[in-house]
Amino acid sequence: MAASGQISLRGVTKVFPGHDGHPDVHALGPVDLDIAAGEFFSVVGPSGCGKSTLLDILSGLSIATAGTATFDDKPLAGEVPDGIGAVFQQDASFFWLNVWDNVAFGLRRRGVGAPEVARRVDQALAFMGLTGFARAYPAQLSGGMRQRVCIARTLVLEPKVLLLDEPFGALDQQTRLLMGDELLRIWRETGATVVLITHALDEAAMLSDRVAVMSARPGRFIDIVTTGWPRTRDSRIVSDARFGAVTARLWEKLREESLRAMGVAAPHQDQRQE
Amino acid sequence: MTARRLDHVLLLVGFLALWQLLHWAVGPDVVASPAATIVRAGALLGTPAFWGHINATLTAFALASVISIVGGIALGLWLGLRRFAGDVADPILGTLYSIPKITLYPIILLMFGLGVSAKIAFGVIHGIFPIAIFAMNAVRNVAPVFRRTARVMRLSPLATAATVMAPAALPEILAGIRVGVALTLLGTLIGELFAATSGLGFVLIRAMDVHAVVDILAITLLLFCFAACVNASLRLVERWARHGG
Repeated sequence: MAASGQISLRGVTKVFPGHDGHPDVHALGPVDLDIAAGEFFSVVGPSGCGKSTLLDILSGLSIATAGTATFDDKPLAGEVPDGIGAVFQQDASFFWLNVWDNVAFGLRRRGVGAPEVARRVDQALAFMGLTGFARAYPAQLSGGMRQRVCIARTLVLEPKVLLLDEPFGALDQQTRLLMGDELLRIWRETGATVVLITHALDEAAMLSDRVAVMSARPGRFIDIVTTGWPRTRDSRIVSDARFGAVTARLWEKLREESLRAMGVAAPHQDQRQE
Repeated sequence: MTARRLDHVLLLVGFLALWQLLHWAVGPDVVASPAATIVRAGALLGTPAFWGHINATLTAFALASVISIVGGIALGLWLGLRRFAGDVADPILGTLYSIPKITLYPIILLMFGLGVSAKIAFGVIHGIFPIAIFAMNAVRNVAPVFRRTARVMRLSPLATAATVMAPAALPEILAGIRVGVALTLLGTLIGELFAATSGLGFVLIRAMDVHAVVDILAITLLLFCFAACVNASLRLVERWARHGG
């Protein structure tokens, strides 16, 4: 397991070229980052700060304009390598397949044999508490259950790095907390590196080993907070006094940036950008 | 399920009652009674010559439907996958869909003559555009997250098209087929009404010429039942493809 699932960014920058006379958009960076194998790492930041751009680079979906991104010392270059799985905010469960076939999809496309597919799918369904819903179609399930299906579909491929782009953003607060516990359990039991992109401070503070706070566009890390939680934590940590201290620190950093992103504060900054 | 069946029965009874009332109100010279119509429809179905006309209409309708579906889907998929071509074609297709196609009838007739091909052509120009528009939008509206998921799973472009894009777009495409096939039947029948020597539309217009009120309604009833059956079966296929979504 050692040194497997490790991600490094060096001077990573993303600039989207402008179209039809619009100026280029400098979305991200330059950022340096080392995410250790088996770490639970979260990124919080104001809307439009380049969080999703960062995730696209971490997953290999998108190439950095400048700088290098590596996954287990191999460069990430516009293609998703084996060993990286991603779950998105939008419902990505395939409505034309039942739960079992959804989870089996990736394995079948990789040409895994039927008995092995059956074994791993059944295991993933049991792990995510979906066994009783194997024959159900996504339309018959709640939003939380559909997101579980997407997580199971990703986990069954045994990723070393699990990237989550606001996976619980569309769920209600109680479901979010419970899904957070679920995520901690997945993280502990699979040993995977987890990178969570979120706009929910409490979620990031409760789940992570480290939380990075991103600035308004172009996104940079303005603070990285180490929580120091034990590995066996769960959502009850929110009642711990240290939890308050961590969220307070995150909010202090983020408040300033969110105001700037909304255009309320720091007029000098805006002028300089023009 | 039983409550729904009851609804259907009530709807049918209400429809027949209205028809009967209309018959009493305007007289048998304008609207034949439901009973007379149903009896006449049964009698027509027992006549070999009438089956010849049914056959002529069904052949033209089936061929026109196949051409509309294959051509419409091919056109729609191509336009849906090429954003620029789609942007250009979108208003053109919309216009072609909305112009009253009856105005093109003289041209169609001159091009295809007084036979089965004119009927088919008229069916196709009614059906192909809605199917193409639905198919184009079906491809364009596939949730981007499906494409991203396919990339994260490292699917080839071909595998992405076959195992993700196609099933994701299928329900919309089937909805287009349902609308397009209904319009194809309309187009085929209009073709038969105006210039044909066989088919249900032709029988209908001949019955109008001799003021055979019962015949007119009997043929209309049969066409109505046929169209309803086609629509209901296509709706079942569509519902299957949606899986409750």
